[in-house]
Amino acid sequence: MDSISVPPAIDHVDVNGAPCRVWRKGSGRPLAFLAGHGGLPKWPAFLDRLAETHEVVVPSIPGYPGGLGHTKLDSQLDWILAVRDLLNGCGLEAGDTLLAGSGPGASFALEVAALWPHKVGRLALIAPWGLFDEAEPMTDPWAQRLPELPGMLCADPENWNALKAAPEGANSIEWPIEQTRALEASARAFWPLGNSGLERRLGRVQAPALLIWGAEDRILPRSYAERMAAGLGGPARLEVIEGAGHLAELDKPADVARTIEAFFA
Amino acid sequence: MKHLWFHLMPYTELPDDFREQNPSVWVDIHSRLFDPERAHYMYNDFMDEMEYAAEVGFDAVCCNEHHSNGYGLMPSPNLIASSLARRANPDTALCVMGNSLALYNPPTRVAEEFAMIDCISGGRLIAGFPVGSPMDTCYAYGQNPSLLRDRYLEAHDLVMRAWTEPDTFAFNGRFNQQRYVNIWPRPVQKPHPPVWIPGGGSVETWRWCAEMDYVYCYLSYFGYKAGLQTMQGFWEEMKRLGKEPNPYRAGFLQFVGVAETEAEAYELYREPAEYFYGRCLHIDPRFAAPPGYTTEATQRAGIQSQVASAALQNRKALQVSKSAREFDAILDNGYVIIGTPDQVAEKLRQVIHDLRFGQLMLLLQFGNMDKQLAKYNTRLYAEQVAPQLRDVWSEWENHWWPTPMAAADRAAPDPIAYSSLAAE
Repeated sequence: MDSISVPPAIDHVDVNGAPCRVWRKGSGRPLAFLAGHGGLPKWPAFLDRLAETHEVVVPSIPGYPGGLGHTKLDSQLDWILAVRDLLNGCGLEAGDTLLAGSGPGASFALEVAALWPHKVGRLALIAPWGLFDEAEPMTDPWAQRLPELPGMLCADPENWNALKAAPEGANSIEWPIEQTRALEASARAFWPLGNSGLERRLGRVQAPALLIWGAEDRILPRSYAERMAAGLGGPARLEVIEGAGHLAELDKPADVARTIEAFFA
Repeated sequence: MKHLWFHLMPYTELPDDFREQNPSVWVDIHSRLFDPERAHYMYNDFMDEMEYAAEVGFDAVCCNEHHSNGYGLMPSPNLIASSLARRANPDTALCVMGNSLALYNPPTRVAEEFAMIDCISGGRLIAGFPVGSPMDTCYAYGQNPSLLRDRYLEAHDLVMRAWTEPDTFAFNGRFNQQRYVNIWPRPVQKPHPPVWIPGGGSVETWRWCAEMDYVYCYLSYFGYKAGLQTMQGFWEEMKRLGKEPNPYRAGFLQFVGVAETEAEAYELYREPAEYFYGRCLHIDPRFAAPPGYTTEATQRAGIQSQVASAALQNRKALQVSKSAREFDAILDNGYVIIGTPDQVAEKLRQVIHDLRFGQLMLLLQFGNMDKQLAKYNTRLYAEQVAPQLRDVWSEWENHWWPTPMAAADRAAPDPIAYSSLAAE
């Protein structure tokens, strides 16, 4: 049976008493993925590719589609602990986890790797947030005219639109509120500059890290990748994905998945 | 009926091509457009106008807080209010509309400064506590939109305790911790100055005002027609909560232009109105809706924030070609009421009853209106419009008005003789 036609199994983990959805699909060594800005209101093609070789575990960050409880998180420590609890709740407490993420999710993956180095085996990070450079400021993702936002996040705006379009049968009131809540969750953790102070902790990260950057990222300048690689305590290298924007996994799912699989193999 | 004279303090010399050449009047408006020496005259004109409004008998003069804003030059309304506390007619209330509580660190600063104004003025302060617009709070001041309302509510609790608790106390808040809260001075008005809440059409705000017994003010730039639905929603909620329908629970803002004749009014107020709606409300929509600013309950109710609707109006306005009909549209939409004193009084009487409010806030200076015209408008309103409306709601008591010290007990500022000082 073609794995693409099978929907992921759905479970929930409680974080601070709030339920957060966990998707699972595929078999093999577990690979956890923490979503990028806007979260995942739908299971994307990118994860199907990864599920061909791994058991893909996708816990929703509080406030992202499928996850609640972001309003209980006030500080960076609250957020990091919530993400750690989320990963533990997924049964990934044993350590040596393959951890992937995008944007805010990639930033939290780095935080977990910095604070609990034994938990993380390898890191695949798509344009992680958390740093700020005055000389090359991160684009303000929360101050975009609505029609322009898709083109800021994806090289092809239709990839964002397709992810965010309400599916047939969706609640027409709750669906848009859920999408706004996801943007709010990122804002709650990273407002106003995207700078979470991660730079001070980068050196604690020992796990080998792959940094993945869309060649057409209009949110985070490429220099952030270099700065991040230089700051990491373990080995790091950069892969640039042609034809991809900030959410490279939406623009080029196959290329990004192949790159991650090669690194995790 | 109370008549409050409200000043936004707009920069009056934004260029004719402002809309075409600049993305926004707010947040990232360019500093090259600001001439401090011209602003010197603007501030002094504006304060002359406010003092004049007090002199001709308005019940209160109002100021408010904005940041990085070309139509609101009052980052600190408290500075203006403290000057008015000394110079303006001592019979006039001072309505600071208000201090955005979440922006002050620690928020006891607001308790202190408002207490100072209340002391200096002998108990004439109306304390306004807005959440603040997204532009002011989240963008210009960098506040987190997801935390803003909780911070606001906590700051409110801290200020109220600071005003009312006689002993030094420790405040152990989620966002604010202070070991020793003990403000000096304390307000003259007991237990505290009347509190008014400027807000959009959020159900939570209405409920909170009802619970706290505060005045709810709908400060719309879009006049009585656009405000009708919101005010009806407010009163329906008050009814549902079992609150008596005292009209003084509610305030409403309206632009007004009075003249001897209708034709004169049209001639006089057209340019300032087009300046305000064309340039001052040229707000970049990207600053209108930071995620988290509008609560999910309000999103579910489908109610837009005041500024989101301003930005939407702005987008709509962009589609309207620049032409003489812009003022006609402004009038047709009810953004501005103009006419002879009798016409304006008749219209306002209807609006006051339709929307049901006892605290009428008037923008009689708007856009690039100069001092001479602002004073003319102000005088005609005070002498010929307000008297026609004095009787409205006389059957109700205004529980939300300042209770100052008796006039005879209050200090009078010494006259200043500059020449004798110079001679010494």
